[in-house]
Amino acid sequence: MSTGTATPYRSPLRTGRGGFTQQLRAEWTKFRTVRGWVLATGAAALVTVLLGLLLAAGDRSVCSNGPVEIPCPVPPTGPGGEAVEDDFYLVYRQLTGDGSITVRVTSMTGQIRLPDETPGVRNVAPGVVPWAKAGVIVKASGEQVSPYAAVMVTGEHGVRMQHDFTHDTAGLPGKVSRESPRWLRLTRTGDTLTGYESADGVRWTAVGTARPAGLPDTVRIGMFAASPGHLTATGGFGGPSAMRFAEVTAVFDRVALEGAVTGGGWDRHDVGVTLGPDGSPHHPGGLVESGGTFTVTGVGDIAPSMEGARIETPLTGVVIGLIIVIVVAATFATAEYRRGMIRTTLLAGPRRGRVAAAKAVVIGAVAFAAGLAAAGILVPLGARILRGGGTPVLPVSTLTELRVIAGCAALLAATAVLALALGVLFRRGLAAVTAAIVMIVVPYVLAATAVLPPGAGQWLLRLTPAAAFSALQSIPRYPQVIGDYTPVAGYYPLAPWAGLAVLCGYAALALGLAVLALRRRDA
Amino acid sequence: MEATIEVAGLRKRFGRVVALDGMSFTVTPGRVTGLVGPGGAGKSTTMRVILGLVAADGGSALVGGRPYRSLRNPLGHVGASLETGALQPGRTGRDHLLWLARSQGLTAGRVDEVVELTGLGQAARHRAGGYSLGVRQRLGVAAALLGDPPVLMFDEPFDGLGPEDAGWLRGLLRSLAAEGRAVLVSGRLMGELQDTAGHLVVAGHGRVVADTGVAELIAAASGGRVAVRTTARPEAMTALADAGASVAVTGRDMLVVSGMAAERVMALLTAEAVPFSEVTAHRATLEEAYMDLTRDAAGSGAGPAVSPEAAGGAAAGREAAR
Repeated sequence: MSTGTATPYRSPLRTGRGGFTQQLRAEWTKFRTVRGWVLATGAAALVTVLLGLLLAAGDRSVCSNGPVEIPCPVPPTGPGGEAVEDDFYLVYRQLTGDGSITVRVTSMTGQIRLPDETPGVRNVAPGVVPWAKAGVIVKASGEQVSPYAAVMVTGEHGVRMQHDFTHDTAGLPGKVSRESPRWLRLTRTGDTLTGYESADGVRWTAVGTARPAGLPDTVRIGMFAASPGHLTATGGFGGPSAMRFAEVTAVFDRVALEGAVTGGGWDRHDVGVTLGPDGSPHHPGGLVESGGTFTVTGVGDIAPSMEGARIETPLTGVVIGLIIVIVVAATFATAEYRRGMIRTTLLAGPRRGRVAAAKAVVIGAVAFAAGLAAAGILVPLGARILRGGGTPVLPVSTLTELRVIAGCAALLAATAVLALALGVLFRRGLAAVTAAIVMIVVPYVLAATAVLPPGAGQWLLRLTPAAAFSALQSIPRYPQVIGDYTPVAGYYPLAPWAGLAVLCGYAALALGLAVLALRRRDA
Repeated sequence: MEATIEVAGLRKRFGRVVALDGMSFTVTPGRVTGLVGPGGAGKSTTMRVILGLVAADGGSALVGGRPYRSLRNPLGHVGASLETGALQPGRTGRDHLLWLARSQGLTAGRVDEVVELTGLGQAARHRAGGYSLGVRQRLGVAAALLGDPPVLMFDEPFDGLGPEDAGWLRGLLRSLAAEGRAVLVSGRLMGELQDTAGHLVVAGHGRVVADTGVAELIAAASGGRVAVRTTARPEAMTALADAGASVAVTGRDMLVVSGMAAERVMALLTAEAVPFSEVTAHRATLEEAYMDLTRDAAGSGAGPAVSPEAAGGAAAGREAAR
């Protein structure tokens, strides 16, 4: 064998240090130099925004007060910034400094309006809704949404201690009747309120303590009754639902006050009652007092309000954006295989795991940016347009708003990584896109449009990557409020980050399999 | 880094097809080494194993003493052009080179240098989807040269090139080798490599059939044969055959005689009064030498399990699938 005689070539050229950044820059250059991919990603954001604005602009709400059309009432906001309902009948006195109130509740009855059987004829039946509440309360002032704490009996959820609208602690279960009355006590010591319950007025059990925000020295102390409306689902599974009037009547006796109580007798206040066009109260509460027995009737609720649109309502169009992102991300992977470019890619980056990781980072970042832009514009703008159209939008904290925006971006990013990994696994664009859509878009659509029974829909939104749509949910589910907690109404079974974690898990698994396949396969 | 390619005992099966069956050779710097053989001989597979794209079932392939997959910034060590169609149609040639440059930590300035070097010119600014085969081959060469590597590999770079482009490429390959680089070029047609390669590795059925200098190969193939130009072909053939030589017709007035020295041929023809205008020692073309070699390989009893046609057909099928 003969040998070459020339001295081996030495290049004067200097290459980089060979880090992961080089792979990232290479993959980013690949992405940005194909105009179709860049335009499609922009289109994904644009379509999401335009669909959302269209949706928001098309939503015009008008409410009526009897025959009169009025702007829809905007629910007041509680101490935490959330929309609340603060409507109840209050029988109270002024308490200065420390003190307590003790009562015995001997009865809880009510009536519920059911769907009319004969059109035009009110169909009212006796009954108490599960979250009808009556008990003792300490409230900062007569103003609506002022801080409070209360201990109460409920229709079906036993004794509860609640404060400042969103906080709820369970006491002992059981219903109230003449045979089994319930004693309630609420004590103020400084800023701390403690609720107690007792079956006999002798042995007391603490239910919970509360420190309502900014309680003044002089507060209202007394008895209250409130009943949220009766929720009826019409039209079957997940169909439209209607809230109908319900009221509760509770009988209190053995009322005892301690502390510096001023005033000669009990005052009444129908807190938050709505007035009809003629100025008379609509569904008023009331008090009948006779010989130390107080019969209090109330309508309404002291709880977070779920009425109105939500900041994520305009984000519905993100599904279309998501499909576009899936196509781009899958193609970003399968284009390598279509013409054998994967070999050039692996020549430049023989560490195949790194190549896959760099691709995932680039497509994830691109999709994140698109989602951030789309949601960052749409969430604030959509809410303004909705409010402008007369639709109340449930207020949320800035942090929640940012979380929804970031959640939308993360949803797109993780979906892009999933689609990319499927692209590497299947090496065919159509197969990868189909698989990604079947994994995330189809379950979401099935659950969110109530094609499936709610139970099945809930499971899909727990187990499939579509769980990540929960990242868009701005209003939490409150156990102490009966609501239409279905995916159709925008409530997801998992918490926002938990849902996102499910998708990220799928994406990580798929990427892991893709790396494995990439390492094992001959190119 | 030593600018060599060392391939030792490579084995690879694709399903039932044996693609590599103990392929071994070394490519040294300073000359162009041709890797030749019929389709299915294992040329492309060998190159892919060297480049870490295909994992061999056995044997080793080292570049500068190291496996390709362990190289940091590999394009600075080895430049390769494997296939011309591997381009994103929507991306320009320059952007293709740019992402490759980024992957090695090279600057955009280096991209412009190789664009210049390979004469891509304005074509580099156009989308790759509209490139002719010639432009794609030039782009492949540009990509291989990007990292200015001491080792270069080209898989059938003359495929589809016009005479002008082919001439340019031959010159480039020779000058790259002259700079002290190791250059491995595969091809099916020997004519393409005749003027370029200084050394040949002839592959057949996944093994090396011959590993030799071009000059030696031709000399061996020409061994003792004599060409005769005559207007009386049948008479000449009869006379020579009667005298014990074996005769083959290679043209209208050309014969090739083996088993007889040139002086004896001349004496015989003169004695029989057969007219002839030329008697010369026959110089085989590379093509002929190669045909001899591959014919021998096909006839050898120690051949692989697959017939040449079957191996060729299967490999061709695989290549078509890429």
